[in-house]
Amino acid sequence: MDNFELVILLLDATLRTSTPLILAALAGMFSERSGTINLALEGMMLGGAFSAATVAYYAGNPWIGLLAAIATTVSLSLLHGFACITHKGNQVVSGMAINILMSGLTALVGIALFAQGGKTPSLDHGSRFQPITLPGADAVADVPILGSLYSELLSGHNILVYIAFLAVPAAWWVMYRTRFGLRLRAVGENPGAVDTAGIGVIAMRYRAVMCSGVLVGMSGAYLSTAQGASFLQDMTAGKGYIALAAMVFGKWRPFPALFACLLFGFLDAAATRMQGVVLPGIGEVPVQLVQALPYVLTVILLAGFIGRAIPPKSLGRPYVKER
Amino acid sequence: MSDTIHQMHGAGETGAVQPAIELRGIDKRFGAVHANKSIDLRVEKGTIHGIVGENGAGKSTLMSILYGFYQADGGTIHVDGKLCVIKGSEDAIALGIGMVHQHFMLVETFTVLENVILGVEGGAVLRAGVDRAREELKRLEREYALDVNPDAIVGELSVGAQQRVEILKALYRGAEILILDEPTGVLTPQEADHLFRILETLKEQGKTVVLITHKLREIMAATDNVSVMRQGEMVAHRKTAETSPEEISELMVGRKVLLHIEKGEAAPAAIVLEVDNLCVDTLQGVRKVKNASFTVRAGEIVGIAGVSGNGQSELLEALGGIRPVTEGQVLFNGQDVTPGHGVDAAELRHRGVAHVPEDRHRMAMVTGFSAKEAAILGYEDDPAYQKGIFLNWHAIADATEHMMSEFDVRPNDPNLKAANFSGGNQQKLVLAREMMRDPELLLVGQPTRGVDIGAIEFIHKRIVAMRDAGKAVLLVSVELDEIMSLADRILVMCNGSIIGEVAAADANERVLGLMMAGVAPNEAKSAEGHHV
Repeated sequence: MDNFELVILLLDATLRTSTPLILAALAGMFSERSGTINLALEGMMLGGAFSAATVAYYAGNPWIGLLAAIATTVSLSLLHGFACITHKGNQVVSGMAINILMSGLTALVGIALFAQGGKTPSLDHGSRFQPITLPGADAVADVPILGSLYSELLSGHNILVYIAFLAVPAAWWVMYRTRFGLRLRAVGENPGAVDTAGIGVIAMRYRAVMCSGVLVGMSGAYLSTAQGASFLQDMTAGKGYIALAAMVFGKWRPFPALFACLLFGFLDAAATRMQGVVLPGIGEVPVQLVQALPYVLTVILLAGFIGRAIPPKSLGRPYVKER
Repeated sequence: MSDTIHQMHGAGETGAVQPAIELRGIDKRFGAVHANKSIDLRVEKGTIHGIVGENGAGKSTLMSILYGFYQADGGTIHVDGKLCVIKGSEDAIALGIGMVHQHFMLVETFTVLENVILGVEGGAVLRAGVDRAREELKRLEREYALDVNPDAIVGELSVGAQQRVEILKALYRGAEILILDEPTGVLTPQEADHLFRILETLKEQGKTVVLITHKLREIMAATDNVSVMRQGEMVAHRKTAETSPEEISELMVGRKVLLHIEKGEAAPAAIVLEVDNLCVDTLQGVRKVKNASFTVRAGEIVGIAGVSGNGQSELLEALGGIRPVTEGQVLFNGQDVTPGHGVDAAELRHRGVAHVPEDRHRMAMVTGFSAKEAAILGYEDDPAYQKGIFLNWHAIADATEHMMSEFDVRPNDPNLKAANFSGGNQQKLVLAREMMRDPELLLVGQPTRGVDIGAIEFIHKRIVAMRDAGKAVLLVSVELDEIMSLADRILVMCNGSIIGEVAAADANERVLGLMMAGVAPNEAKSAEGHHV
């Protein structure tokens, strides 16, 4: 395999591994820009993945699975909102509670339904999102460099990958060019200003966490019905937290968050590639070290390389009218 | 939006000019606190109407009811003669009522334009609304001399400019009635004058202005009519031209108050505090105090004036031993007490430096503590409070009771939670804790912030008494009146530097105001000369 081919494969894997991160990071952004910390991304992603795999299995259709995933995550968002927005609970505690709840609940229901140790049955061809060949991909496949870039790197992904990448400019447009986005950003900075402008703070924050739920639901469905072919216990393996880290790394903005997700995705893809590779002078790279690399880098990047990330001013603070 | 406003019947179309606002019997309770007791108020159209009262008199609550922030328990609101029910800010806005809050309701990361259109964007997509708003803003700026750059980030604007953004916001929403809640608390005298010119312009254009304040000077200078509130009640309405500051202040507190502290000549003795070339940086490396040098002698009060945020807080914290010093030296009775060189806040207290920090709730006390716990903070290792390895709560309760009776803290209950005392009583307790140890040097910041007039008088007298007992006092305050009536010498800080020093006898608001804005003392005095 020549080097060019290797690079293409690596980048191709990067797109696939960063897709769930992108969707979840955007989900986190909608919630946190409105002032609600969303640590529950991890648990919601898990719930979405389980619902998608289960419903797609019974219905034989990935789209119905996707809708089920979104329904699940939006419900969880509303639960999070009920605790944090309506009852002004601690947002970190509520988020962690949802994570722990979903880790246990998905396994419990999975065992009860399928008795396969928490795994859902493997999905057949028609119950999963299939790769899409972009128009003309086969025709240009033989053109050197550009052709193979198009046919191998850009073409041949499932629909959710394209949705994730299109969601970034869409989220940017919503956030910075619409009334909804203006109010959402305002409510995360100074809810008092929104209230005195005659807009309901509570309703605004609920709408924001619901947007968050829709996006993270897609991310969960991607894991179990597009990238994988079934739900596995705790299959998110910290992706929700990594997405949150990418969002902070991207300073709560869509495009920088996209690049952070791509970086984390690339590290993940590279880690997989490096397993068993013998490096000159070092010997075989320990698998554990390689697998730990993205997490180590996350910590290093967050600790020192992003400058001062200034979160939305009211992040984590429930809105109370002052006397 | 207007369907939420129940306009029931006109209160009489008699042809006479209806008042812009008429409140009848407004009543509001917060739990046990009766914030507004059957308030009546009539604000005539096209006037500037002042509402004065001490802190906690119920002014802000009343205006918040008018703006729909709270619902009244009883009473009626009439706007332009029509009975209205105002259920939320959106109803008030629809009725043409705008409000400039004491703490600005602005999104600091947004531009001026974004702040102005928030809530009235004029469409789901911003672009069209933004262009229209830009035109409208230009017109408003021209008409009312409200110069603000619409594309500036609000957080980067001066406080005065942010306030103009708030006014623009209200006008953009078509406000005919503008309520300003304590608008000058954060402004320099010059910025305040600018604000009053704007209010005059608004009045000329037929708008109605309601000005809430506790500063008598502003009431006398800017208003046409004035209403006085005391302890939740409306006690008097006066035409400003027919009243006097003395009468108003008497109405506010219900008895005569000394507006100027009677104090004799200072008798400065030996130097107690000597500050030499002091520089203080924040953790981010921003230099907040630049080469400050001054002395404080026994038997004098030195005041530091300045608009809040010009380094005086950092200076006070450094002298109190709670903020590291970058350069320079601090001498206390000739000994080096520069913070960071083996000297911290506890050591300073031990040597006889008492420190009353500016922020009562954040630094001076723990509001969740009982009064007796709050009363020993910082002195909890005093042998008098110990019983073996335990604290001697009987001794502490006795000591607290003694402090409370000495400083007139009410209610006189050492077990009451600190948070349940009023601001003035909390402050008196903190002052009692620091002053009754008989320190040689008292560092005191904003001694009367959020304190009612009766307590202010008491606190001022105690500070002067301390000076007369031969102690040194360094007073930091943003209230010019307080500085001028207490201090024997006044240092003015601007942008981290001490601009100059004025003897209290030569000080007046204009000179100090110019110095606070960064004009050197000689120029400030000559500028003053031209105006006289």
